[in-house]
Amino acid sequence: MRHLYTWCGILLVVSFSVVGDVTMSRAMKQVGDLHALRQRFGIGTVICRIFSNSTFFVAVAAMAVSFFSLLFSLSWGDVSLVGPAAASLTFIGNAFAAKLFLREKVDRRRWMAALLVAGGVALLAG
Amino acid sequence: MTFRKYLVLAGVTVFAAAGDSMLSHGMKQVGNISVHNIGSLFLAVSNPWVAIGILLLLAFFASYMNALSWADLTYVLPASSLGYVLLALVARFALHEQVSPLRWAGIALISGGVGFVAGGPSLTHHQDPGAPSGSAHSNSVGAAGPRNQQQVRVATGGKP
Repeated sequence: MRHLYTWCGILLVVSFSVVGDVTMSRAMKQVGDLHALRQRFGIGTVICRIFSNSTFFVAVAAMAVSFFSLLFSLSWGDVSLVGPAAASLTFIGNAFAAKLFLREKVDRRRWMAALLVAGGVALLAG
Repeated sequence: MTFRKYLVLAGVTVFAAAGDSMLSHGMKQVGNISVHNIGSLFLAVSNPWVAIGILLLLAFFASYMNALSWADLTYVLPASSLGYVLLALVARFALHEQVSPLRWAGIALISGGVGFVAGGPSLTHHQDPGAPSGSAHSNSVGAAGPRNQQQVRVATGGKP
């Protein structure tokens, strides 16, 4: 039963982390290139644009839920399982979500990168 | 990719690794925090290592947002994962910890993944909804290629 709780926790962490990353990416694309905006309008306008974007707040909320889910998962399972599993699955989940929801061109090169990094993180943190 | 953009990606990598390390070091000094004594969590912020860690993580977040404003998520995440490698190298050479062969294999895999993504384009350019059929292409000229531009100029009497 404890094992099931741990994997449910990992699934929660990965889901909210992917939602946070994807919505943050979408929010930043809606805001525009921050460097170009700062050069043209100044830092005040950049901050106003970011804080007037509702998608940004959804992203921050999802990231916060992901963080607290990680804390709960760590209280149910071992850090040597929860840490690497959550980090690796987040890389894979982000590649799928970016292709589906952000319509990014995830070619063979990017799939290989996501898989290699996910495998590397699992080995490094395991 | 310009030098400034590489610098932003380096910022994402270094600030995350340094922030996590400082926060971890500081929280070990602070000790265990009980749920019944949640006020001690706020006291933890007064520890200089924790405070510097939080500042570095804020810098990481700013760099991450900056990177996502001009690059794809599937480019930024693998490209900035060198932080894991950086942490392992710091553990081995600065803290003189033992790094097992499995962890060296992990470092090699992450470095390979970063190499894969670093050679490719950083942003997917989406076609206009009215453009001819075809999916989005990364940094490609697509429907506005030289041949098509020439045809447009001919059709508009030489005006771009």
